Amino acid sequence: MTDMKDVDKGLESDENTASGSRGWAKLKRNRAALAGGMLLLIYLVCALGAPVLFKGDPSAPDLMHSLSPPSRAYFLGTDELGRSILGRILYGARVSLLIAVGVVGVGLVIGVPVGLVSGYYGGKTDFIIQRFTDMMLAFPGFLLALALVAILGVGLKNTVISIGISMIPLYIRLVRGCVLTVKEEVYVEAARACGTRDLNIIRRHILPNVLAPIIIQTSLGMGTAILFAAGLGFLGIGVQPPTPEWGSMLGSARAYMMGKPHVATFPGIAIFLAVLSFNLLGDGLRDAFDPRSRI
Amino acid sequence: MLHFLIRRLLSIVPVLLGISLLLFLMLRMLPGDPAQVLAGQMASPEDVRIIRIQMGLDQPLYIQYGVFLKRLVHLDLGVSARTQNSVTAEIWARLPNTILLAVCAITLACMFGIPAGVIAAIRPYSWTDYLVTLASLFGISMPVFWLGLMLMILFSITLQWLPAGGIGTWKHLVLPSITLASFVVAFIARMTRSCMLEVLSQDYVTTARSKGLKEKVIIIKHALKNALIPIITVVGLQFGLLLGGAVLTETVFAWPGLGRLIVDSILARDYAMIQGSILIFGLLYTLVNLLVDLLYAFVDPRVHYD
Repeated sequence: MTDMKDVDKGLESDENTASGSRGWAKLKRNRAALAGGMLLLIYLVCALGAPVLFKGDPSAPDLMHSLSPPSRAYFLGTDELGRSILGRILYGARVSLLIAVGVVGVGLVIGVPVGLVSGYYGGKTDFIIQRFTDMMLAFPGFLLALALVAILGVGLKNTVISIGISMIPLYIRLVRGCVLTVKEEVYVEAARACGTRDLNIIRRHILPNVLAPIIIQTSLGMGTAILFAAGLGFLGIGVQPPTPEWGSMLGSARAYMMGKPHVATFPGIAIFLAVLSFNLLGDGLRDAFDPRSRI
Repeated sequence: MLHFLIRRLLSIVPVLLGISLLLFLMLRMLPGDPAQVLAGQMASPEDVRIIRIQMGLDQPLYIQYGVFLKRLVHLDLGVSARTQNSVTAEIWARLPNTILLAVCAITLACMFGIPAGVIAAIRPYSWTDYLVTLASLFGISMPVFWLGLMLMILFSITLQWLPAGGIGTWKHLVLPSITLASFVVAFIARMTRSCMLEVLSQDYVTTARSKGLKEKVIIIKHALKNALIPIITVVGLQFGLLLGGAVLTETVFAWPGLGRLIVDSILARDYAMIQGSILIFGLLYTLVNLLVDLLYAFVDPRVHYD
């Protein structure tokens, strides 16, 4: 009987690898995910190549040309201080990419290990960690970030830390949930029977098998991070001027958009496209590798 | 049912204690002296000393937390450093505005999101389905504050149909509600679609079809009714997003609600007010989730509470 069970499990794990390669094939056929990938590529080129694509200082004011509409000299027009909006959007891509990577980094570095430990060991450790996540999840994410900014203060570093912390409970929950299923698998039992140490079981057997949902969450999380950071910037409590940040560009555009709508239009499109690229890709990844968790 | 109600009400006590503990620690984590922070930048050393004694900051931390809780139960959230008014009174004055905006937005989101999801699910992978899926992805990716600004440029500045901000008539409510709803409508549509797809593949739907029932009856009476539970859950969870979005929407449209109050307080470093208003947001969110749990019983008779 046990033998039969093992054979079944063996077949299942074969299926898992097969579904992995099927996943890639599925992803390549998914036009929305491909569009997301293309958008992301453009975004990365803008962010990394900003100094090449735009010559000059995006923060240097030029009051002679303030608020000029889009023209040949200024492709997307200029803002209230005469700075090229195109230049600020390109350099803003750098800032938002930095934020997205930083935020997801904070979430991953703290959330994933804590989630692994919580799910693997269970018991009291799990109970305490879960009550703590409950507490953090009692606040809607953006509000938690807002509260943390109120404590830490404004600026790029604090924006990253605040939004990063607000994402930690999501990663803990996600990873813990996956670990709970994976740790019941026969290969984990086998590893334990061989006398493998807990740390090695977690690292070699559990982590690789919970990677798919983590990667999906990371893609979607980067979109959320950009959206949250732009929100904080817009409210004037995120990245501070003169650093070119999309949200704070919109924040200062509010006063001038009455007569010059272009100042408020383009930074918003930039935020929208960047977030969209991560969401399209994350959605495609989920459809391909983890279709059951789709909402 | 009553038994469940009491148990469910009791279960939010630890959550509320957790929220209060986090907010209590929040003020203690601030760099510098909390008494100085609460008194504001302009306070004299004498004021700071009085506040320190008033707040019992010379006591050990757990006693301080006890005192904080006791004041909380009496709805005493302290005094605003910015306006010198009681925090409770200020919050009380603005809370109805935020609730009005949130309720309008969520109603609007359900009115459009649920039908859109149903239509997409009836013909999966058709062009209507792709349209709904794409539109909801756009909605999720759009910064609310930007959408608000764009709507304002179009309807208030160019067409001059609707006021650009403030509060008063129903006209003032239109743009902020649409802006806030845009955020949530996408999630509701996606959830409705996937729940409907799942329900439509169930045996009882096939049975209903083979009985020769009209498709309309099957969709609404058999499928949608059963898909409602997860949809309600999502609407409840989205309420949190809605509160976050309210902070931004209220700022765009100068809507005098709780969200705007938080931002103003953060900018003015008015910590008593920040603490109070975030506490109320946490409380609201917890209560809505409680309400969602209770709603299950009315929507689905299969749910037992024992």
